[in-house]
Amino acid sequence: MAELDKESVDATPNVTEVETVDAATVEEAVAAIEAPVERGEPILQVRNLVKHFPLTQGILFKKQVGAVKAVDGISFDLFQGETLGIVGESGCGKSTVAKLLMMLEKATAGEVFYKGQDITKLSGRALKAVRRNIQMVFQDPYTSLNPRMTVGDIIGEPFEIHPEVAPKGSRRQKVQDLLDVVGLNPEYINRYPHQFSGGQRQRIGIARGLALNPEIIICDEPVSALDVSVQAQVINLMEKLQDEFNLSYLFIAHDLSIVRHISDRVGVMYLGKMAEIGTDAQIYDHPTHPYTQALLSAVPVPDPSAREGRERIILTGDVPSPANPPSGCRFRTRCWKAEERCSTEMPLLAIPERFVASGTPAAHESACHFAEEKNVVHAA
Amino acid sequence: MTTMEKTANVPAPRSDEDYQGPLLEVRDLHVEFHTREGVAKAVNGVNYTVDAGETLAVLGESGSGKSVTAQAIMGILDMPPGRIPQGEILFRGQDMLTMPENERRKIRGRKVAMIFQDALSSLNPVLTVGYQLGEMFRAHLGMSKKDAKLKAIELMDRVRIPAAKERVNDYPHQFSGGMRQRIMIAMALALEPDLIIADEPTTALDVTVQAQVMDLLAELQREYNMGLILITHDLGVVADVADKIAVMYAGRIVETAPVHELYSRPSHPYTRGLLDSIPRLDQKGQELYAIKGLPPNLTRIPAGCAFNPRCPKAQDICATDIPLLHPVTERDGTDLPGRGSACHFWKETIHG
Repeated sequence: MAELDKESVDATPNVTEVETVDAATVEEAVAAIEAPVERGEPILQVRNLVKHFPLTQGILFKKQVGAVKAVDGISFDLFQGETLGIVGESGCGKSTVAKLLMMLEKATAGEVFYKGQDITKLSGRALKAVRRNIQMVFQDPYTSLNPRMTVGDIIGEPFEIHPEVAPKGSRRQKVQDLLDVVGLNPEYINRYPHQFSGGQRQRIGIARGLALNPEIIICDEPVSALDVSVQAQVINLMEKLQDEFNLSYLFIAHDLSIVRHISDRVGVMYLGKMAEIGTDAQIYDHPTHPYTQALLSAVPVPDPSAREGRERIILTGDVPSPANPPSGCRFRTRCWKAEERCSTEMPLLAIPERFVASGTPAAHESACHFAEEKNVVHAA
Repeated sequence: MTTMEKTANVPAPRSDEDYQGPLLEVRDLHVEFHTREGVAKAVNGVNYTVDAGETLAVLGESGSGKSVTAQAIMGILDMPPGRIPQGEILFRGQDMLTMPENERRKIRGRKVAMIFQDALSSLNPVLTVGYQLGEMFRAHLGMSKKDAKLKAIELMDRVRIPAAKERVNDYPHQFSGGMRQRIMIAMALALEPDLIIADEPTTALDVTVQAQVMDLLAELQREYNMGLILITHDLGVVADVADKIAVMYAGRIVETAPVHELYSRPSHPYTRGLLDSIPRLDQKGQELYAIKGLPPNLTRIPAGCAFNPRCPKAQDICATDIPLLHPVTERDGTDLPGRGSACHFWKETIHG
């Protein structure tokens, strides 16, 4: 898009170069997509991904008057077999990232490499092969299942689109196996979604996600609609399935405790940008970005004796509108450290210079000019 | 604030002056709903008390009857299909269930107010927030529209909505989620009630905003010395603000305890299970403990202890005898004030 401002694209973090695979023909592209990836190797690489939703005015002659910058230049890697958690407040763009990776929305700019293939440029057979390997589990188990279809039809529907995975005769058996895998009685195959509880419905959603043996599952708030006791069951199930089927998860949630529990690495998003990314211990025990610190300190810990010793940072105000984000650092309007520099210079997502040589857990990527370690989770 | 004087001018109930007991007392409350599938027993004998300045947290999963109890207290249950077959709700010693409706209207909103979970659907989208806030003053105190609007601005300032004067004529959709919840709080506070019931006040909000709203609520509660019933499923929020906790399951209170005690030594297997099943921010565990099974269908609550099909400690007696809320004591028999457990094996659970 021509109107894309230069600034956001220039803010390239120093992430590793992507090894692209040049595929001259569709066959080569499909072959590259089908090729296995070693555990710990990057399977999905996102580079400067941007999604702007245009704001238009006028009825007949639509004129673009601005754009909601839902995702504004983010980059990260997802490694094979790991869980990458993405946290952030509502409106920070985390669900848009999920939709972009699923190719449910077309990216305004940027690339998403799946095994070296830029999926934003794929079409036809190659894209279909990618879609088979990236599946999604949705937030709301009540609206993401068609009420007029039986469980068997819902879970079996992916086989209609990708018949090569399960030939017609074997589908019923396959669906029953999937029900068994997610801990539901295989005899429920002819029931309808309304006959199940929220937790059971989410299991159906997971079974549908697993049907095509994908390599990546994108989970958008998979447990936030569930009760506490049921939440634990679903989380445990997801961890079990990850080991069993060697899956990579992109786990999007706003509940920081759950994200810590399930994730190997965590990325914190704010207003369409990645504020900080690192391993779970780096982010939770050694956060360096003020937003992460505020976010973590605001989470109530279920332990009344911990409440006395913890420092709480209470942010003022609300998240600014993504249609008109602040200049420079997007967090500066709510940040207690903000200085002149923050309004003019956009901080890059990189390991802060002062920590580069230290080798401590604070040495992880953080987009702040004044990155500083601060323990907010544990009582002092 | 001038509201204070105005409210004080209203003739108080006769027993108000020398009343000594708790602010609110719920005694053996039962609520049932008559549906096509049968009678759903949503609340089955709930007892609790709240004093002025005290925060009672009612903790439970969906369907545990925590919100229905609150609605019964407010007198906003849909009846029918709802029915209150037995029980008493005493506000300053007067039973609200037997008093005439016009008496009750004087208490509702003025003495007992409620904050709802979903601010967007609780506010009227076609009226300005100023008009909706002012309604309390117009309806209860008979103020003029103009005075009511001034009061509304004052209230919006009180809950720290920036630029209250300019925003008083805005509509609910023009406010963010946190601001809308502040408006709900302002509305509940309008007449400086003695008791506020907050039904999941922060569930729909982001954590940073949740912290702001809970802080505001706690501050206002201290200032006005109000009783607060906080209904929630979030064990974290409860740990932060509550004085005492009542844990509900299938329409009954299964455990009561002061806040510190509940977290350090739960005396009911359900509470223990809940505490073990939440991931912690400050530590990384291995597998989460998960309570097996599902909460019961309220039309078919299991015989005996409602939790017995999911309980790891269940014995034969649990499937036949309903456990009452036993007072919980130390191993040597010393009283633990405020503690109770509705489990046949509470001794083993707390001391075992």
